Amino acid sequence: MIHNDIAIEFKKVCYEVNDLSILNNVSGVFYNGKITTLVGPSGAGKTSLLKMCNGLHSPTSGDIYIFNKPITTYEPTALRTNVGIVLQSSPIIRGTVFENLALPFKLKNKTLLEKEAIAFLEDVGLDRTFLYRQGRDLSGGQQQKVSIARTLMNQPNILLLDEITSALDPTSVQEIEQLLLNINKKYKTTIIWITHNIEQAKRIGDYTWMMMEGQLVESGESKRLWSTSNDFIQTITLGGQEV
Amino acid sequence: MTYSTLALTLIFVLIPLILSKTLKLDLEKDTIIATVRSIIQLMIVGYVLKWVFEADSIIYILLMILLMIVAATLNARKKGKAIRGITWKIAVTLVIVEVVTQGILLGFQIVPATAQYIIPISGMLIGNSMVLSILFLNRFTAEIESSRDEIELLLSLGGTPKQAVHRQLTSAIRASMIPTIESQKTIGLVQLPGMMSGQIIGGADPVQAIQFQILILFGLLTTAALSSILVGFLSYPTLFNERMQLLRSSAL
Repeated sequence: MIHNDIAIEFKKVCYEVNDLSILNNVSGVFYNGKITTLVGPSGAGKTSLLKMCNGLHSPTSGDIYIFNKPITTYEPTALRTNVGIVLQSSPIIRGTVFENLALPFKLKNKTLLEKEAIAFLEDVGLDRTFLYRQGRDLSGGQQQKVSIARTLMNQPNILLLDEITSALDPTSVQEIEQLLLNINKKYKTTIIWITHNIEQAKRIGDYTWMMMEGQLVESGESKRLWSTSNDFIQTITLGGQEV
Repeated sequence: MTYSTLALTLIFVLIPLILSKTLKLDLEKDTIIATVRSIIQLMIVGYVLKWVFEADSIIYILLMILLMIVAATLNARKKGKAIRGITWKIAVTLVIVEVVTQGILLGFQIVPATAQYIIPISGMLIGNSMVLSILFLNRFTAEIESSRDEIELLLSLGGTPKQAVHRQLTSAIRASMIPTIESQKTIGLVQLPGMMSGQIIGGADPVQAIQFQILILFGLLTTAALSSILVGFLSYPTLFNERMQLLRSSAL
């Protein structure tokens, strides 16, 4: 049966690196047009899971479906354009902010206009004076914003975010959250967002996946889950781990 | 030069041995091995070349070139073990370099088609190609390891493997070619090349020796460009799998 409301589906996905299990029998769905937050301690396999959705990694066993089609049926560059990812480790390349923003266009032999770049920059809370500054001279938070804008240049249907606000000040966090909520509402973009901040997860997620040691422990509607998963929260906070 | 006079040149081996021992550089064993190997190898090559020159047969010339390519490949591949199929990639590169350079030299009748010219020139060009391949592989594998995040970023934005490693590829090609270009800028001013010096010591006309040296220098430029570019473009696809994913260094 085809579910139009499912953007990504994991079926018994396992992922191993050098005989070390990273993901263990993960099955679940990410709903189309919704924001799902992904929480769990460090080493739970969250980033690996995100990279699989973008096709940077492949499962050792199991299947992943993107809009009801096996991920393997997509041409990799088309998949990655459609499923954008912003990683915590996404580097700013050498050059100006404009050159960074133009990167997705350049990869497709297209030209980015200055006014388009300014519009995307303003969307993430940076004004036009940043356009010709060297990307690597910006602060960590500003670099993260450029990184988000750069991924948005591809106008992806699915957006994967890995702790993108961890380096930002509270005002910037609010701006970014608002921006992504707007994108989600306006374009029905499916967003999967890894966060270490429980309050953020509660605030922005329609759905939540709780992961631990490579397994999906709990998943479902955020409102219900956060009111009934005290054990999980306690486990990961009392264990000295970040969420 | 008599063999007894030649034996006196071993003083030049004794000096680094004594220095190594005194300063505890731990290079004595390697120095002795290098000395013994060079004597044996050069003696063998000397007699083999004499035999090949006298026979003047195309079969023997081809066998000598094949031997050089095999030896150069086995040496260069050690630096690129992280790249799948590096042995045949280097071998193909050396064969192409040899075919192109000798094709030009013999095709335009720049040098006579005899063993006396083909074999020494092939030796110099294949040797240079081997060094270039090693320089390229050293730099390229180091660049890839230090730029994994950048390469994955370009892939994640929809780039192809070629686009993702373009900077590392061109940087390694440039780095491996620069020593050849730089050394040519100072040639004759700082150092007199070995081949030219050898000819002059052997009694040849210095002007003719220089003409042959220029021929070799220009040949080395083509060799440098072809070697690093060919090894580079043959190597980078093996860093990725069929899903355009950058392989972990342990999986290469």
